[in-house]
Amino acid sequence: MPAFGNTQLKLLEKLCNVIAISGDEGEVRKIVLEEIKPHVDEVRVDALGNVLATRQGRTRSGAKRTRVMLDAHMDEVGFMIVAEDGEGIYRFETVGGIDVRHLVGKQVHVGKERTAGVIGGKPIHLMDSGERTRKVPVDGLRIDLGPSGKAKVGDRAGFATKFRRVGPSIMSKSIDDRIGVATVIDLLKHAPSNVDICAAFTVQEEIGLRGAQVAAHYFNPDMALAIDSTPANDLPVYAGGENMTYNTKLGLGPAIYIADGSTLHDQRLVRFLQATAESEAIPFQFRQPGGGGTDSGAIQSALAGIPTVSVSVPHRYTHSPVSISRVEDWKNTLALLHAALKRIKPALVAER
Amino acid sequence: MSDILPFLKSIISVSGVSGYEAPVADLIKDKWRPLVDEVTMSRVGSLHGLKKGTGNAPRPSVMIATHMDAIGLRVSKIVDGFLHITKVGGIDVRVLPGAQVTVHAESGDQLPGVIAMPSAKLLPEGVGNDVLEIGYLLVDTGLIPREVAKKVRVGDLVSFANEPMELAGDVISGHTLDNRASVAALTVCLEELQGKSHIWDVWAVATVQEETSYLGAYTSAFDLRPQIAIAVDGTFAKGPGANGWQTYPIGKGIGLCMGPNMHPFLHKQLRELADKFEIPWFLDVTASHSGTDAYPMQVTAEGIPTALVEFPLRYMHTPVESVSVKDIQRAGRLLAEFIAALEVDFVDTIQWDD
Repeated sequence: MPAFGNTQLKLLEKLCNVIAISGDEGEVRKIVLEEIKPHVDEVRVDALGNVLATRQGRTRSGAKRTRVMLDAHMDEVGFMIVAEDGEGIYRFETVGGIDVRHLVGKQVHVGKERTAGVIGGKPIHLMDSGERTRKVPVDGLRIDLGPSGKAKVGDRAGFATKFRRVGPSIMSKSIDDRIGVATVIDLLKHAPSNVDICAAFTVQEEIGLRGAQVAAHYFNPDMALAIDSTPANDLPVYAGGENMTYNTKLGLGPAIYIADGSTLHDQRLVRFLQATAESEAIPFQFRQPGGGGTDSGAIQSALAGIPTVSVSVPHRYTHSPVSISRVEDWKNTLALLHAALKRIKPALVAER
Repeated sequence: MSDILPFLKSIISVSGVSGYEAPVADLIKDKWRPLVDEVTMSRVGSLHGLKKGTGNAPRPSVMIATHMDAIGLRVSKIVDGFLHITKVGGIDVRVLPGAQVTVHAESGDQLPGVIAMPSAKLLPEGVGNDVLEIGYLLVDTGLIPREVAKKVRVGDLVSFANEPMELAGDVISGHTLDNRASVAALTVCLEELQGKSHIWDVWAVATVQEETSYLGAYTSAFDLRPQIAIAVDGTFAKGPGANGWQTYPIGKGIGLCMGPNMHPFLHKQLRELADKFEIPWFLDVTASHSGTDAYPMQVTAEGIPTALVEFPLRYMHTPVESVSVKDIQRAGRLLAEFIAALEVDFVDTIQWDD
């Protein structure tokens, strides 16, 4: 595996600190294009805004190389300004799955200029006891830019949280899925010679896997790896006893998917990743089979079907102002994927 | 007028949870030292800045009370490296999930953390999908449990950690503007007084524990025994979710409060001076308890004529409290004009308009 350290973490920080709400991924797209251009043979931005790049293998001509699609989504959850109330106060809607309980009292940045704003709430002193325990629905909240603040209807807004490193962890608003984007960039920069890499930096994952669907169609790869970040619900059970529904746990390494809400992941690829991790002594975990999903849901069913598996870096507090991941889990995810790419041979997905 | 914003930003960037005001007290002390003749600390930690008047001793004195403490949280239990928390002061639990905090660990470390909302599956049946009571929330420091156990103890304080944000139209937003904005207003007043002569002694006081028990205002008023006392605090600004009769527009002027907690004569003086110096103001009324340091000061010792100057504050008791810097300056300026206008026999002229 190529050296892991500050270079990767600095890039992740840069990617996490820009805002790219589903449908408005330009800020991430810009960074991705800049980073990958020297390392790919071909790159285009498609009709939806996906960045689609190809890096051919370097084996002698005529030898069959597996075309591997590496997918990571550029977008994050956030908000869209939908109406103006006057004096710097704006109504908004959520983009992607956000629990409204995370919104009151948070700082946001609005529009291309990243105008400062806050999501305020009624003072507790003016509430009756019923209000104090009731969720405030989105239409009861506003983004406040200050009395002379200006935004445009249609502007996107995102959490203003800054990336930070704390002990063994990173904290950011958008680990999901900038950590996947940074991973695919790293894989391109250190691409092995035995495979053709079809890198898809996709849009609109958070609102229905829409970028991945057309990206898979464009590439028509032999197989695909969707690289994402998945919730770690590894908190203590309030009543005590063992947490049986943790999904993943921080610190146990990359999470390999077996099944989620939209995909039964290709069992050959699941076994292949497991075998790679075991033989290279890379820690890994299986994500608990269950709901949720990644771009694999759209890729697997594209065209005549594409063998697909997902690998995720676990994070706590999904779709909230601050998520937490372990640096070590990302390092091991990169180690697993670098090792796996090198081992891919056409026979892997030639037959069941 | 001096630019108070940098100072205000600095004092809302440090903690000072009720009972533990030292971090902010240090900054205020440094700022006030060149503006007053002496700065001392009360037995319970309030700051007393004395700016001497020009009258003959013994001079009458006016006490201006601005509380420097803030609502916050405290570690109540540690489970697998996660911190259970309890409230210090009137915390609105709805703002907690996803909030950035600092854990002031017993080890001396300032640990960044985030308030976590556990998924419904981990909570007792029926509570997971609503606003969670504070007992269900956890603080995650990003450290592994062994490190947390080494550094953090039950009782350690937790404060909000989001940075101040400047909003368009001269508004500053952040945690703890209730009531650091008043400390800033009082600082403006002291700066204004540098160029003015005043007969009375001025006690600039940054009080402790207003949010929990008014401890600082009670004890400093007793200790200093001023002839009159003025509290400065935030009132409710109009804004999303707050448009009732008790709310006022932000940035359009300061509030002069009347009601049983305020001496009508002082209130009238302040109104007249505000008009005279063209400082925009609005009348705020409070039918009984003002909920500010004015309440304890009025009944200290044999009783003290008390007034209350306010500025509108949006989103009170959230980490994004917002105030107009103009209003802060207006409050500071009115206080300075009031002090400068105090005649040596002012107390004797106080009358009941019966």
